[in-house]
Amino acid sequence: MRYSKQYLLRRVGLLLLIIWSAATFNFIIPRITPRNPLREKLLQEASRSGYIPIGFDEMVAAYETKFGLDLPIWRQYINYLGDMARLDLGFSIASYPKTVWQVILEGLPWTIGLLAVTTIIAFALGTLLGALMAWQNSGPFVRYVMPSILIFGAIPAYVIALSLVYFFAFRLKILPTGGGYGISTIPALSIPFILEILKHSILPALALVLARTGGWALGMRGMMVTVEGEDYMTFAEAKGVKDWRLFYKYGVRNALLPQVTGLALALSFVVSGAVLVELVMGYPGLGTKLAQAVTQLDYFVIQGIVFVIILTLAIAMLVIDLLYPLLDPRISYEGG
Amino acid sequence: MQRIIIALRYIRRNVSLAIGLGILIFLILFAVIGSFLVDTKVDPYPLAGPASVAPTLSYCPRTDPECAQVEPVAYPFGTDGQGRDLFAVAVVGTWMTIRIGLLAGMIGLAIGTVLGFTSAYYGGVYDAFIQWTVDVLLTVPGLLILIIIASTIAGLENGKTLTINQMGLVIALLAWMGPTRTIRSQVLSMRERPYVMMARLNGMSSLGIIFREMIPNLLPYLGAGLVGSVTGAIFASMGLAALGLGPLREPTLGVTIYWVINQNAFLRGLWWWAAVPIVIVALIFIMLFLISMGLDEVANPRVRRAR
Repeated sequence: MRYSKQYLLRRVGLLLLIIWSAATFNFIIPRITPRNPLREKLLQEASRSGYIPIGFDEMVAAYETKFGLDLPIWRQYINYLGDMARLDLGFSIASYPKTVWQVILEGLPWTIGLLAVTTIIAFALGTLLGALMAWQNSGPFVRYVMPSILIFGAIPAYVIALSLVYFFAFRLKILPTGGGYGISTIPALSIPFILEILKHSILPALALVLARTGGWALGMRGMMVTVEGEDYMTFAEAKGVKDWRLFYKYGVRNALLPQVTGLALALSFVVSGAVLVELVMGYPGLGTKLAQAVTQLDYFVIQGIVFVIILTLAIAMLVIDLLYPLLDPRISYEGG
Repeated sequence: MQRIIIALRYIRRNVSLAIGLGILIFLILFAVIGSFLVDTKVDPYPLAGPASVAPTLSYCPRTDPECAQVEPVAYPFGTDGQGRDLFAVAVVGTWMTIRIGLLAGMIGLAIGTVLGFTSAYYGGVYDAFIQWTVDVLLTVPGLLILIIIASTIAGLENGKTLTINQMGLVIALLAWMGPTRTIRSQVLSMRERPYVMMARLNGMSSLGIIFREMIPNLLPYLGAGLVGSVTGAIFASMGLAALGLGPLREPTLGVTIYWVINQNAFLRGLWWWAAVPIVIVALIFIMLFLISMGLDEVANPRVRRAR
C-alpha cells in the first residue's frame, strides 16, 4: 500500500467537501434573492411563447412539491442535498419536458472528447518543448526562438479561436466556420461522419492546444533548469552517458513530476477556457449548452451543468493525485 | 533619484518586465490621448455613426458622393454593425477592462493578504478552515461559479445587467485564493527567520513586525500576486461578458466580443469589428504575462540562473 489511511481519508474528504460546497452553493444563491426566480421564470417562459404549454400547471406543481417550497428552509436543504446525492438534477425550464441530464448528455461527449484530446496533446507537446528549450545541447533555434511561442500561452483560448476562425474559415475557407458537423449531415456511425466531426474539431482543438502549450512549456523549462543543476547530472555527463539518454532518462524523467501535479491544478482553468472556446466556435459541447441556458436564464440547466463539471473535475483530480505516487517511486503518502 | 536610476538599470536587464511595462504605458497613453479625440459619452455607444464602415480616415456618406457639404469623418478602426465608432470603443473599452481588472484584483489581493497573514499567524482551526476553503475554491472553475452568481443577479430584474463596478465586485469574490496561499506560505517561512526573531526579542509589537519587517520583504510577492489576480479578474470579466452576462450596455472589450459572436460579424464580413477587441485583449494579456514573468525574476532569484 502506497497510501496511508489518513491520506486517503483527507483526500476523499476534500472530494466530498467540494461536492457538498457546490451543491450548497447552488442551493443558497437562488434563495438569497428576494424574489422567486423559479416561479417567475416559468411564467415568463410560458407567456413569451404566447401560449401556455401543455402540462405547464403540472410542471409548476411538480417543482413546488419537488422543492417543497412550503417546508422550512432546513428541510428544503436536506431534500436538495438528497437530490444531488442521487444526481437528480430536475427538469430544464426552457426545453421542458427534457430533464437536465438529457441536456447535459447531449453535450458531454463532445466536451470530454475535445478536452481529453487537446489536454493530452498540449501537455505532451508543451512538456517536450519546454524540456528542449532548457537543454544545453539544443540548437540555438530551439533555445532562443521557440520561447517566443510561449506568448500564446498568455492569450485566452477563445480569443485565439476567434482569430483562427477568421483566417482559416472565412479567409482561406479551408475549414468549417463552426458547429460540430455540417448542418445538412445526419448523424450516423459511419466513416464520412466521423471525418466530418474531426474536421469540425480541428479549429477548436488547435485554439486550445495553442493556448495551453505555452504554460506547460514554461513550467517544464523551469523544472528542467533546476534538474540540470543537480550533481547527478554532472556526474552522469562526466561518466560519459549518451546525450539522449542523459536528456530523457536523467533530465526529463526527473523534471516531469511537478508537471503532473500541475495537470491536476490546471484542469479547472482548462475547463473555463474550453467553455468559452466552444461558445465562440458553436461547438455543440457543454459550453454551448451553458451559454444557451444563460441566454434563456434556464437556472436548472446552468446549475446542473456547473454541478456536473465540478463533480467530474473533482473526481479527475482525485484520480491524478492517486496516480502520482505510482509515477514517482520517491513519493509515498504513507504515514504522512 | 538614485533609486530611480537603479530601478531603471535593473529594468534594462529584465527584458520581459521592460517589454511588459512598455506595453502597459502604450495602452495607458492610447486610452488617455484617445479619450481627448472622441466623445466618450456618445461615440462608443450604438447609433453614434453609420453602421458597418470599414476602417477609413475620410468617410463620406453614400448619399453625398463628393463630400462637398460635410466634413469627412475619420473612422480609423471602422464602425460596428450597430454604429459604434470602434476607435472610441477601443479607447473606452481598454480603460473599462483595466478598471474592472484593477478593482477586482486589488480587492482580491487585499482580502488575500489579510487572510494569508492572519491564518499564518493564528494557525489552528482558523488556519485549517481557510486552507480548506482555498483548496475547494481553487479546484472549482471560477468562471462557472461567477456564471451562477451573475445569472442570478441578471434574472432579478428583467433585462437589467450588471454595472462595471458591480461586475468588479462579483469577480473580486473569487480573486483572493491565489494571494492567500502565497502570502500564507511566505509568512510561515518568514516567521522563523532570524531578523523576525530578533525584532520579537527586542519587544517589537506584532503589528510593528508585520508592517516594518515583513511587508517590505513581501513586496515582490504582493506585486506578483496583484498581477496574478488582475489577470484572473480580467479573464473572468471577459468570459462573463462574452457569455452575455457582462454590462451589455457598456462598450467593454468582453461585451464587444459578445456582440461580435452574437451578430455574426465574420459572416457579414466585418472583420475589423472582431480585430479591435482581439488585438487589444491579446496585448493586455501579453503585457500581464510579461510583467508577471519579470516580477517572478525579482521575487525568485533562482529563475535568474535560467538564462
